[in-house]
Amino acid sequence: MSESNEYAKPLPRPDEDSAEYWEAARRHELCLQRCGNCGTFRFPPRLLCPQCLSENLEWVAASGKGEVHSFVVFHQVYHPAFAGDIPYAVATIQLAEGPRIYSDIVGCKPEEIQIGMPVVVCFDDITPEATLPRFKPA
Amino acid sequence: MSIRGKYAIVGLGMTKMGRVHGYTHLGFAAEACKKALEDAGLTKEDVDGLLLNPGPSWVAGGTMSAATLHQYLGLKNLRLSLALQTGGGTGGAMIQQACEAIDAGICQTVVCVFSDNPFSKTSTGVAYGHAGAFESPYGFFGVTASYAMAARRHMYLYGTTSKQFGAVAVATRAWAVMNPLAQMREAITLEDHQSSRWIVEPLHLLDCCLVSNGGLAFVITSAERAKDLKQPPVYVLGMGQGHPGHMRIAEAEDMTTTGAALSAQTAFRMAGVKREDIDVCEIYDCYTFTVLATLEGYGFCAKGEGGSFVEDGKLGPGGSLPTNTGGGQLSGYYMWGLTPISEAVIQLRGAGGQRQVPGASLALVSGNGGVLSSHTTTILGNRN
Repeated sequence: MSESNEYAKPLPRPDEDSAEYWEAARRHELCLQRCGNCGTFRFPPRLLCPQCLSENLEWVAASGKGEVHSFVVFHQVYHPAFAGDIPYAVATIQLAEGPRIYSDIVGCKPEEIQIGMPVVVCFDDITPEATLPRFKPA
Repeated sequence: MSIRGKYAIVGLGMTKMGRVHGYTHLGFAAEACKKALEDAGLTKEDVDGLLLNPGPSWVAGGTMSAATLHQYLGLKNLRLSLALQTGGGTGGAMIQQACEAIDAGICQTVVCVFSDNPFSKTSTGVAYGHAGAFESPYGFFGVTASYAMAARRHMYLYGTTSKQFGAVAVATRAWAVMNPLAQMREAITLEDHQSSRWIVEPLHLLDCCLVSNGGLAFVITSAERAKDLKQPPVYVLGMGQGHPGHMRIAEAEDMTTTGAALSAQTAFRMAGVKREDIDVCEIYDCYTFTVLATLEGYGFCAKGEGGSFVEDGKLGPGGSLPTNTGGGQLSGYYMWGLTPISEAVIQLRGAGGQRQVPGASLALVSGNGGVLSSHTTTILGNRN
């Protein structure tokens, strides 16, 4: 048999809180929960608003814009599927709406990343069933 | 009436720690408890309380970990038996719970214990991997990465440098060289720190704490009871906790602020002492950066000035703020929050040997859990 091209990196694991987030990603939308009571955006998704505890929520298409809040560069292999990527960077992105999200920065070498640089979301269809929101320099 | 000084640590026990094989996590815990009781001059029958801080290798054994240990040890008819968990902050939290339980009249003599077995092949603990659902798809794994994220933010905001982190590593190792219990006994230079391999940049290998198999336990009872026991009592004078609100570092309002200030406020007020009165600091040092952030939070220097504060080596032997005098977790042994507690007890008993801080009478001990997520402060003294 020929070598499988199966995606070997960890897949998203949708649960009752996050299913809608990952479904939206498949539609190439970055969706965030916004509290229907106080208007605060939140991430990761959850049942209640961490500001006012309201369960009144709406899923809103986010602007997709953000900036790099901090980042790190991996030099050791924590998972075999990433061995070929070493060294690779993962950033904390401060989204325009407020919450922060982790992502790599697509098309950007680790040494090119700077805190404060503007980024914008893009979407990676990693498998037929799953899409990963990622960020690239804006 | 204040709880200050009413309770004391009267026994301390530790197993061999480091790459030690042939034990289960239960075996390490049991041996540590036994040694702590022997150190105190107490027997198993004197114990009516057990507090366990389970390390990751306990997870596979299920939720009733304290009961599993008290069964293993043959501790019967306990009036207190609990597992506590706030990561590295738990050591200090166990002191608090023990004092509170004895003070409430629930029990009289409590053994507090931690053990972990990360090197064991039979251990299924994978907690240090921390495979978060929103992190692992991007290759973000492990606790070091999260601390690196916070450290990078500190460097960006305040100009802190890797060499300043290195000053902490060098000072801490210098203490370890003098500690027969330490895993690392060879001195290092700043050049050694800088050339040590990157783990997750900006953290080098020598910015990161050790991995240790082993167990560590201490015994707490009333100051009254302590008078009749084998060791000079180490009194609990002040206790506090501080939890800023996040667990994942991305959700911290400010990645560089810990719960230290909040925790210290409670502890110093209870103890009725000031920062200037502290003789020795035992600061949870999972990473060099953690020490900086904690010293800032405790007010030894201004926010953001931790780098220049430690640069002159004041934390090391002969320095003005002796810190992690046993080599800490960076160079001594990694028993979570019990590492700094153990060294404080040794110093306050005057049992530090070559590394004894002369006249040490008041120790400030920190615990830190998650990613700067939980913080405990304990002030211990050999006079009450």
